[in-house]
Amino acid sequence: MRRTVGVAAASAAAVMLVAGCGGGGPQSGGDEKLTGGKIVLGVLNDQSGAYSELSGKNSVTAVEMAVADFKAKHGDDAVTKDITVETADHQNKPDVANSKAQEMYDRKGVDLILDVPTSSAALKVADVAKEKKKLYFNIGAATTDLTGKSCNKYTFHYAYDTYMLANGTGKTTTEQVGKNWYILYPNYAFGQDMEKSFSAAITAAGGKVVGKDGAPFPNTSGDFSTFLLKAPTLNPKPEVLGTMQAGAELVNVVKQYNEFKLRDKGVGLAVGLMFITDIHSLTPAALAGTTYTDAWYWNFDQQNREFADRFQSETGTRPSFAHAANYSAAMQYLEAVQAAGTDDADTVVKGLEGKEVNDVFLRNGKIRAEDHRVIHDAYLAQVKPQSEVSEPWDYVKVLKTIPAAEAFAAPSSACKM
Amino acid sequence: MTGFLQNTFNGLVSGAFYALLALGLAVIFGMLRVVNFAHGAFYMLGAFGAYVLLSEAGVPFWAALAIMPVGLGLLGMALERAFIHRLTRLDPLYNFLLTFGLTLILQDLVKLRYGVQSSPYATPSALSGSVDFGIFDFPTYRVFILGFAVAVCVGVWWVLTRTRIGMVVRASTERPELTRAFGINVGRWVTPVFGFGIGLAGLAGVLAAPMRAVNPLMGADLIIVVFAVVVIGGLGSIFGSVAAGFGIGLVQAWGEAYLSQFPIVSQTIVFIVMAVVLLWRPAGLFGREEAPA
Repeated sequence: MRRTVGVAAASAAAVMLVAGCGGGGPQSGGDEKLTGGKIVLGVLNDQSGAYSELSGKNSVTAVEMAVADFKAKHGDDAVTKDITVETADHQNKPDVANSKAQEMYDRKGVDLILDVPTSSAALKVADVAKEKKKLYFNIGAATTDLTGKSCNKYTFHYAYDTYMLANGTGKTTTEQVGKNWYILYPNYAFGQDMEKSFSAAITAAGGKVVGKDGAPFPNTSGDFSTFLLKAPTLNPKPEVLGTMQAGAELVNVVKQYNEFKLRDKGVGLAVGLMFITDIHSLTPAALAGTTYTDAWYWNFDQQNREFADRFQSETGTRPSFAHAANYSAAMQYLEAVQAAGTDDADTVVKGLEGKEVNDVFLRNGKIRAEDHRVIHDAYLAQVKPQSEVSEPWDYVKVLKTIPAAEAFAAPSSACKM
Repeated sequence: MTGFLQNTFNGLVSGAFYALLALGLAVIFGMLRVVNFAHGAFYMLGAFGAYVLLSEAGVPFWAALAIMPVGLGLLGMALERAFIHRLTRLDPLYNFLLTFGLTLILQDLVKLRYGVQSSPYATPSALSGSVDFGIFDFPTYRVFILGFAVAVCVGVWWVLTRTRIGMVVRASTERPELTRAFGINVGRWVTPVFGFGIGLAGLAGVLAAPMRAVNPLMGADLIIVVFAVVVIGGLGSIFGSVAAGFGIGLVQAWGEAYLSQFPIVSQTIVFIVMAVVLLWRPAGLFGREEAPA
């Protein structure tokens, strides 16, 4: 018995040894500029939970579209034709994100990890990227810590952050709708960050936060009526209710905001973070007139619309800003590798830093060298009344373009590369 | 004062959902000794069913209010016959795990077809206004929910205490052996009672659709609180589950209103109450201590 086990172990070891040689042999004879002779992109995001609709599998499709477009553009001159896309579900759990990221870099040969919504998970992956010295473009998470105290040489923050949301919505709403705010936020890291960013932006714009409450998170009863009823009774009466809830909780808040007819009572609504998919599930009628900051809108101009049409023919739905950002990020990485002629992380980072970019997602975009924040134009958007919605998913009009330099905060002193 | 009354009213509305769900759980536990973890999933199916009926067949809210509970009740009966009754003779843990598995399957089936994003469902137009109570006005739909839930609870109580069917059910719940000895076929009532409990969950789901986010996970968070409600009321106690349901709704609303400077407390208040009740009365407020076998 003991001998059989020994023999089995020995032959297993031998097989692994041979496999190792076999795997390394022919490939090392190919392109030495690329590890393994190919480029592997990894999309790590939520594929079954709360964020699976706004990024999820459709982000993978967006990245695959970028790969196809890159190959079509460069044809035989492409640095390689062997580009594959790996994907994994991090379930919005930091520990799962951590182990999946390690697995991607170490065992799947991934050169770049993309997306990673949920701030706590996003920060874990930044640590892995730093340790493994491999690239990471975050798209789905909002925390400014990615370009603040957790910044590092290999991590780039691509689409949006809490400063961008608060600065756009908080400032403009204070100037145009009302100075007095009541802020309702989910009482966990994201909500607390959002509350701080909004309070700062409102005060800076000459407004005042009359009251703020942290609602239980997750709110098991699904009921926010206590907070909603409190808003009109405060003194001075707030003109704006700022809700920082996201996803299903946002849906609950808005449904109940309408139930209690707060708009008729003179309390307007501003939403901290909203995706086009949220408007779809609440219907524009429930949100008409609500302003929020958007990183990208599919029907903004002809270029966006063409991308949205292609995306719809692949997925059956219109892209959220996260989908467009995933496409753009994958494309910019591939172009950087093409320009450098290698996928060596340090060389690619050098090529990316300070680069100015204009593409379907990034307008007046710039990859800041100081903190790796990718800045670009953002948009102040307003939900249309139902009567103005002319086609499915066309729910928003863009009130104003916020120039890239204003949309994002200056590099944080907390960031030490 | 106005604020207090409004918060109280809202607490009772939240409590109405807890009461309907806890009532179903209590009836099922009493009759079958099954802790039905899938109760939250059936609540979700009730809400989703209403959404699908409306968006794909144009069936209005009022019809859904009748169709979904009956439909889900029948589904519940089929599941009881097919799976649950095979495990009732074993340790209750087996059925707990079975219904937990069932929950995951039902949630994921809905996810597969409709995704995780919440689905839209508008308040029926007849109930979309508000009722003026003099010192404050209140959404008509909430008034309706409260009235409807109280009527259902009273109706169930009447059936259980005043009719022959109710008598048999209560007897089979409390002394199954003795009831059998009187020549009453206890087994016959098990399946309908399970279906009835599931039907109540479906009813709560339909009621929730206009005011809560309708998505595959809507029952998953709620069911945890409902279990706490059932434990506080006393496992298997019909009256206890209803009273604790409304009570917990009130405690949560008051907690959020008057302890808002301590969000941690208002977040955990249900479980604090549960712990205190269990220390003081291990069988729950209205439960009876298990008689020594």
